[in-house]
Amino acid sequence: MPREILDFERPIIELEEAIAELKQAGDPQYRDRIQAYHKKLKRLYTETFSNLSAWQRTRLARHKDRPYTLDYISQITSKFVELHGDRYFRDDPAVVAGLAVFRGRKVVIVGQQKGRDVNERIFRNFGMSNPEGYRKALRAMKLAEKFKKPVVCFVDTPAAYPGIGAEERGQAEAIARNLYEMSILKTPILVVVTGEGGSGGALGIGVGDRILMQENAIYSVIPPEGCAAILFRDGKRGPEAAEALKITSVELKRLGIIDEIVKEPVGGAHRDPALAASILADSIQSSLDEICGLGLDELLDRRFKKFRAMGCFVERKHKKKKSSPKTVR
Amino acid sequence: MWFKKRKGIQRPATGMKIEMPDGMWLKCPGCGELVYRREVQDNLKVCPKCNYHFKLTAPERCHLIFDNGEYTEVDTELYPTDPLKFVDSKKYRDRLKEHQAKTNMADAVLNARGKIGGWSVMVSVMDFRFMGGSMGSVVGEKVTRAFERAGKENIPMITIASTGGARMQEGMLSLMQMAKTSQAAARFGLTGNLFVSVLADPSTAGVMASFAMLGDIIVAEPKALVGFAGPRVIKETIGEELPEGFQSAEFVQEHGFIDIVVERKHLKQVLGDLLTFFAPDKSTAPDETAQEAASTAQEAHVTTKADD
Ligand SMILES: [Zn+2]
Repeated sequence: MPREILDFERPIIELEEAIAELKQAGDPQYRDRIQAYHKKLKRLYTETFSNLSAWQRTRLARHKDRPYTLDYISQITSKFVELHGDRYFRDDPAVVAGLAVFRGRKVVIVGQQKGRDVNERIFRNFGMSNPEGYRKALRAMKLAEKFKKPVVCFVDTPAAYPGIGAEERGQAEAIARNLYEMSILKTPILVVVTGEGGSGGALGIGVGDRILMQENAIYSVIPPEGCAAILFRDGKRGPEAAEALKITSVELKRLGIIDEIVKEPVGGAHRDPALAASILADSIQSSLDEICGLGLDELLDRRFKKFRAMGCFVERKHKKKKSSPKTVR
Repeated sequence: MWFKKRKGIQRPATGMKIEMPDGMWLKCPGCGELVYRREVQDNLKVCPKCNYHFKLTAPERCHLIFDNGEYTEVDTELYPTDPLKFVDSKKYRDRLKEHQAKTNMADAVLNARGKIGGWSVMVSVMDFRFMGGSMGSVVGEKVTRAFERAGKENIPMITIASTGGARMQEGMLSLMQMAKTSQAAARFGLTGNLFVSVLADPSTAGVMASFAMLGDIIVAEPKALVGFAGPRVIKETIGEELPEGFQSAEFVQEHGFIDIVVERKHLKQVLGDLLTFFAPDKSTAPDETAQEAASTAQEAHVTTKADD
């Protein structure tokens, strides 16, 4: 049973249920009806999913049935050994880190983790990391650097946790330190945005040599609702803000923020988690093949240039001269 | 301690223009009292009653910290654009024009080269008037260029933050400035030169979670709001009132993330002393001011939290 059915999913799911019922009845007289329903279903899928709005993708990215980091880890790796704690304060369950074998390659995995049921969601703090989560992630990455293993980061968080303890323990410092260290970490880093890329909280494990993004994931400087509350003075105008902020995989590929869009099963990763995982695994493998094949100097130089070039501005040599926009990357 | 004790209040350099809202009296946001506007101006925009530090513009800060208030502005050719064609209640393009006209700045940061205590430095100063000191592509690029220039010239780098975070109107391009500037700080760190980060009110969000928290030394103005998440967001998330003084510079210092809380009148001196201390041992101070500062440094005692 799905935990959540979105409004635009409902007609499809109802039709699928109707088909299933008819099939179960096993009566040959339903054959034509089943066939007609199948046709209708195909049309519905195309209509619904070929042109999703930014807001619809936001809702898919946050879907309660969407595969989370540990789901992917269990599907695509063998021998996963989870590591706990930042060695300073405590273990943050909103971030998982560990050692894994991915298609024969030893990798260190770091990822944000949401919970499935109420208790687990609270335990995982809804995927919102405290400073110790970022520090645990960095500890795992430094380990990867020391033992020359590539790092794979799974990004899926609404935000870094805005709480009193988080501030007391230096949330800003923890994220800043990760950006600093990841930019010069002497081992390949692959980043995969699988769900919600929530601002600085996401970027805190998001600096890497190659950035993949699942088709229906989002990555945003601020949650659309938050942006709407501030700029439109109405938190309910999230759909508009989602459009304006350019947070979808297609827009971000165009802006040069991400390198590759990873396809999802029609209807979203949650409709067929196994297929979603295998498509993702293929992309991870080809990306790792590429970045692990580079020499260290070239790897670091490419990573530097990648982030050095991000931004969009104009350069006016003389104030009165007409300027031409310079988009980098 | 190697801080030189200041006697009396440091006056702004000659010709320094301090902007204040019109009217004889000001209501101080710190104590809520009416204070004589002139008195605040003459006191480096610090409330004489409660020591509240009013916000300074970027040029005002430059006048305050550079020797004789002299500096050269660099990277002036960089201007913002509107990559997302962003429109909220206004077009981003129009918003930019308004703020450019209001502040006479191209964007929210000013890059300056000059001397402090005789030492050559690169400084990036943020200006809160320009869209809340938010970091978009231009701020990110300018801060990055300042780090690169300082690294190339082998001189220290100082940033002064006064910011509400990322520039929403540039979407993910603005978020990526966090990675870009942190990377610049990391590369600069490898050159072995000093990076001092100064936090002025407010210093929050994207800028805090990037270069501003990466200084070798982190300095803040008294009572400045310093943090990652804004207080309103935290309050809404946890559904509780926040403790008194939460996210003040003093609070953040107590929790171990700020080295020195410095009153505005001492900032220039403290920066000069830091530059002197971290200068390579064999290098001599480049001019007499610095030599004097260095020689008196040993006998000096200032506890930076004391209100003297
Ligand atoms: Zn006051």
